[in-house]
Amino acid sequence: MKLTQLSLFLENRPGALRLPCQVLGLAGIDILSMSLADTQQFGILRIVVKDPDRARKVLEESGCVVKATDVLAVEVPDRAGGLADMLGAFEGSGLSIEYIYPLAAGHRGKTAVLVLRVEEPERAAKLLQARQVRVLTREQAFEAVGA
Amino acid sequence: MPTPDPSRRFHPASAPDYVPADQLRGLQLERLQRIVRRAYDRVPLFRTRCQERQVSPADLKSLEDLARFPFTLKTDLRDTYPFGLFASPMDEIVRLHASSGTTGKPTVVAYTQGDLDVWTQVMVRSFASCGLHRGDVVQNAYGYGLFTGGLGAHYGAEALGATVIPISGGNTDRQIMVLQDFAVTAICCTPSYFLHLVERAKEMGSDFSRLRAGIFGAEPWSEAMRRRIEADTGVKAYDIYGLSEIIGPGVGVECFAQSGLHVFEDHFYPEVIDPVSGEVLPDGAEGELVLTTLSKDAMPMIRYRTRDVTSLIPEPCACGRTIRRIRRIGRRSDDMFIIRGVNVFPSQVETALLAVEGTLPHYQIVLSREKGLDEMEVKVEVTPEVFSDQIRALEALQHKLEQSLDHTLGIRARVTLVGPRTIQRSEGKAKRVIDQRQI
Ligand SMILES: [Zn+2]
Repeated sequence: MKLTQLSLFLENRPGALRLPCQVLGLAGIDILSMSLADTQQFGILRIVVKDPDRARKVLEESGCVVKATDVLAVEVPDRAGGLADMLGAFEGSGLSIEYIYPLAAGHRGKTAVLVLRVEEPERAAKLLQARQVRVLTREQAFEAVGA
Repeated sequence: MPTPDPSRRFHPASAPDYVPADQLRGLQLERLQRIVRRAYDRVPLFRTRCQERQVSPADLKSLEDLARFPFTLKTDLRDTYPFGLFASPMDEIVRLHASSGTTGKPTVVAYTQGDLDVWTQVMVRSFASCGLHRGDVVQNAYGYGLFTGGLGAHYGAEALGATVIPISGGNTDRQIMVLQDFAVTAICCTPSYFLHLVERAKEMGSDFSRLRAGIFGAEPWSEAMRRRIEADTGVKAYDIYGLSEIIGPGVGVECFAQSGLHVFEDHFYPEVIDPVSGEVLPDGAEGELVLTTLSKDAMPMIRYRTRDVTSLIPEPCACGRTIRRIRRIGRRSDDMFIIRGVNVFPSQVETALLAVEGTLPHYQIVLSREKGLDEMEVKVEVTPEVFSDQIRALEALQHKLEQSLDHTLGIRARVTLVGPRTIQRSEGKAKRVIDQRQI
């Protein structure tokens, strides 16, 4: 049910983003999706790759600080109100969503796939499934991005 | 076969560490009278200063009388560069060392063969005090060369009967290979370099479980850093103190009690003074350490002002040594900087950072002046232990560090998180403070 996301610490200076991307490129690791969060002083690059263990190893070897986190890949109907419906699953649960970013759009014609970061991924997955929201397995998520 | 507790094993060279106090005072006075006479007769600068103060070696009737004699300053070594304070002719001097000055000429120090023998003896006593003995494998990562650290530790460890690896400083990957492959049991280097080694060894997946003692010196380091080193590595971390003007490493060292450094008082007579008035302070009071060499012929140092801040501990030590201890030197009056009227020592910054869980003391202080106001920025390297995928967690860490600094120093400082290994690691001393203020 869960997907491994890697987060990287980036200093807020020119070239900081390029180094990890270059390292992954040289290792032949494709970034399937990414999101960049930033403050005035630093940034956090979050990425999804097919082989997180190897990616982590090459990144750490190049001197990056890397953290692996469990995230969910959730299928949402590609229509007005689709995201709101999905979020309804958490109503009254006390679970808060840390952040969301897209993994794939136009999957299976009419759906989008989102990466969801929540404090308790297992509980979140159960709540979603109870609302008939599809939580993808790793393989399904990779298939959604054509990897 | 069980090995006896090495720290309890007595080394014959350590005998002077245990002489009764009155006997030691007698020996000190005898040696002091001789060395003051030697300096007076042979070093023009010292003689002139004594004459200005109207004191002569004949006035030295008790150890307390030393307070009447003039101080020697670091600038005196520069002003008389290179050989102006030597008390032996060149044909009796067998070794020269020099320390790098921050500006201009280095300071040069000299040794007769007898002086080198004294140095070796105090280093043997230092290593014995750290529980080292014959059979230990000592990796000496102090720099060999003009710096006194390398050769001082080298001859001491050899005379102790240990196996010495004279690897000198630098080349971290080779250091780690040797640590592991040569089953090293003790290492000599600066504490900041040791942290650097540990970090790199973790990355390389190296194991040096045989290593049991670190003899760390040549820069001030905090109690918090010691706890971190010992908890992370299982290595017992001993503080050793010395300065080239006095002899090099081996002026003082900790014992297994790790509560203050025993000064080898039979060769180096300690006083603690008020740095402003120059008055000698009573035991226990904090002030500037002043040292007089009691047996160094080539370059006697009479009342040398070390700029190191400490106090003398008069109470007996758990180890049974009778030679007095000084408190660990966390600060050097040279390192101190003043920001917005507040005196700050880098060690205080280190303590504040280490108070926040999970942070490693890889930091750098950057001082700047913006619109006439002093700003202090502390760059702290992010480690995997504290890194998070959430912005707010990192911002909370930043805030916690800032609060801890504010709490410890009483001034606001900006904390900037920087990438791992972006703060320059020197192979020797860590460059902790960058002052960009233009005054
Ligand atoms: Zn002791």
